[in-house]
Amino acid sequence: MSVRQTLLAAATACILAVAMAPASAQTLRYANQGDLKSLDPYTLNESTTHAHLGHIFEGLIARDKDLKIIPALAEKWETPEPTRWRFHLRKGVKFQNGDPFTADDVVFSAERVQKKGSNLQTRIPSGTKVVKVDDYTVDFILTSPNPILNSQWDTWYIMSKKWAEANNAVEPTPAAATTPSFASLNANGTGAFSVESHQPGVKTVFKANPNWWRKPEHNLKEIIFTPIGSDATRVAALLSGEVDVIEPVPIQDITRVDSSQNAQVLKGPELRTIFIGMDQVRDELLYSNVKGKNPFKDIKVREAFFKAIDIELIKTRVMRGLSTPSALMIAPQLFKLSGDFKRPKFDPDGAKKLLTEAGYPDGFEVTMDCPNDRYVNDAAICQAVVGMLARIGVKVTLLAQPKAQYFAKVLKPGGYQTSFYLLGWTPGTLDSHNVLHDIMGCRDDPKSNRGEANLGGYCNKKVDELAEKVLQETDTNKRDLLIKEAFEIAAKDFGYIPLHQQALAWGVSKKVKLSQRADNQVLLYWATKQD
Amino acid sequence: MLAFTLRRAIQAIGVMIAVGVIAFSMFRFAGDPVNQIVSLDTPAAEREAVRKSLGLDDPVPVQFARYFGNAAQFKFGVSYQFRQPVSNLLMERMPATLELAACATVFAMVFGILMGVYSALRRDTILTKFFQAVSLIGISLPTFLIGILLIYLFSVTLGWLPSFGRGDVVRIGWWTTGLLTLSGLKALIMPSITLGLFQMTLIMRLVRAEMLEVLRTDYIRFARARGLTTRAIHFGHALKNTLVPVITVAGLQFGSVIAFAIITETVFQWPGMGLLFVQAVQNVDIPIMAAYLLMVSLIFVTINLVVDILYTIVDPRLRSTIRRPA
Repeated sequence: MSVRQTLLAAATACILAVAMAPASAQTLRYANQGDLKSLDPYTLNESTTHAHLGHIFEGLIARDKDLKIIPALAEKWETPEPTRWRFHLRKGVKFQNGDPFTADDVVFSAERVQKKGSNLQTRIPSGTKVVKVDDYTVDFILTSPNPILNSQWDTWYIMSKKWAEANNAVEPTPAAATTPSFASLNANGTGAFSVESHQPGVKTVFKANPNWWRKPEHNLKEIIFTPIGSDATRVAALLSGEVDVIEPVPIQDITRVDSSQNAQVLKGPELRTIFIGMDQVRDELLYSNVKGKNPFKDIKVREAFFKAIDIELIKTRVMRGLSTPSALMIAPQLFKLSGDFKRPKFDPDGAKKLLTEAGYPDGFEVTMDCPNDRYVNDAAICQAVVGMLARIGVKVTLLAQPKAQYFAKVLKPGGYQTSFYLLGWTPGTLDSHNVLHDIMGCRDDPKSNRGEANLGGYCNKKVDELAEKVLQETDTNKRDLLIKEAFEIAAKDFGYIPLHQQALAWGVSKKVKLSQRADNQVLLYWATKQD
Repeated sequence: MLAFTLRRAIQAIGVMIAVGVIAFSMFRFAGDPVNQIVSLDTPAAEREAVRKSLGLDDPVPVQFARYFGNAAQFKFGVSYQFRQPVSNLLMERMPATLELAACATVFAMVFGILMGVYSALRRDTILTKFFQAVSLIGISLPTFLIGILLIYLFSVTLGWLPSFGRGDVVRIGWWTTGLLTLSGLKALIMPSITLGLFQMTLIMRLVRAEMLEVLRTDYIRFARARGLTTRAIHFGHALKNTLVPVITVAGLQFGSVIAFAIITETVFQWPGMGLLFVQAVQNVDIPIMAAYLLMVSLIFVTINLVVDILYTIVDPRLRSTIRRPA
């Protein structure tokens, strides 16, 4: 190309770009703090990624606006035996490249999601046999009964077998891949939108899928997604009308967005429970001046800590009203009987008395581990807790770190190196069993993965027994009573100090109508935009 | 001359190795990349598998040798977050950063020199006082604050300029440019000012000081005595002589403009290499961090090398000392 030709081409491209740029009717522009890193739906098990990919892909089931399980690619299902689930697939569904959706794709996706390099291996219990009965029927044969088998399948997205094989994408994309995977830059699902272009970390454009099997609730022709990491810039982009939806709105900016002319904040309780844990395993705490014994092994000390925390003050001052104090380690939306539980009252004098009875009239010193970029105002919550515990004589040294360092220290691979910590947890299955097993389960069985996120090692055998029963019980009412019993035991033990569920805050232009779901997935196929 | 260039090149390689060693030892403290790759409820066995596949369970010397072996061949591996080769990601982001850095430098040079000359020639006017106030702001206000102030003034309040991103870009070969579209040009204005403000004040102060110095020298007096016009004296003789140090400083500063674009890019969500680096730090994406640090040190080393060589060409006195080292 000569210089002149290049210039000519550039000028033409320039004119085209200008000509094509506007026409923003029904184009929704959305900015999130986080990035859409890979389009491969099995690479990262994280809710923002699932939400993004939920525009392109679908699972056998879906969850509606209230998180209830509804049919999606499977029209209906039944469990003829406790260990066999049969799914009847929807007919006439097509992938975005035109391939029909059949049982082969389900079997293929089941294999792929369990392969090495997938981060969603637990979506299907190991040992499960996936059998194609006919083109539109698939059986899942389990090794043991599991009443919540499909609870996480709204984010186990079905991929096309033919497409994956043709594009060398049969293996999930592991982080350590030496060659770039086709599936991390391209996607082919059955969902409401297809990917028009994807520049990781810069911009992703979704286009409405005209052949979607559902009748669209949205009126969009296009979604332009941009990650904007800086809080101030994200809010400015919303206020100036350059984007229509942002997530999240930082707490301190909520009033300003609400008082602006063209945007408002959608608020609602989130499913994540923020709580405080204490090391109850070691005979001597790693980070404390108490030597030769572990004060947290004494239930009175744990109760004293619980009662010393003024949760209402945290709510009004630190969270600016945007939190729901919690008596339980699970959000009320996820457990029907949660109304039966009450938080013990804030009682600093009683706490002080309990500490004296436990043999620490002058308190003691302990270090608290806290992330500072993971949850809403996480480090500020910890600072408030430090102040409150000081009132009963406990001197807490706060170690607030970025999540990269924090998790490396406190999780199992780091050796649970903490005495006292703050953590947030959303049960991936949206079911209490996950909390009983991962957070409250005893860590004593090295072969099992029970209690792996139980960083303080709270342990009560009765809770474990009940958790086993919960896993097997298929009658919902009986199951709820078992769960309640287990939560009651844990509450009496003061094994954890649940704090609150933080609030969701999405910034939405007044031109846009949007449904907010409590799991913080921004799903724009429910969005409508006016001109 | 050749020996000198060689010697400097070897020194440059030494610097690069030092940067590599420091970078590698810092990665040990950046946190655990596995936690950023898997979710919180991932079983420990699966975590171990990921750790192994990344080679993070090898002994430190082995990891170090592998890292250096690959870096020497310009192989930076695959990003943990994006699952794309780091070299592709950097190449994709480079045009954005270079364009921003170039615009910021041009802005800084043009306005810095104009303001510097004016404030040297008209020392007591109100405009000069205003320029000096601006330069004080440029020196003392942190970049991110300037950026946010500009966004609130020009995007939110006035609605003139976009608050984030590059606008529409045109692709020419592997290069993408925002210089050819209206939205691209508009998007360039605020980030360039933010990034270039510090350099601008630096250049302005330098030009002013140099100019005042030069105007006192004998040859300017002689020029006046010869009856030359004020204009010829100021711009033909004085300004020309002040520009030598200005060009040196601006050249050296170009490296830091690229390197410090990190903050500006974060504020404006400018899709360049600096933003990529910040995201990599947050996510412990070691391959990107390693490649970026080595690249920035390469840019600095190259610029310094070129400046050193240029000196010897410009200044004959240096050449003679190089030929016969004392």
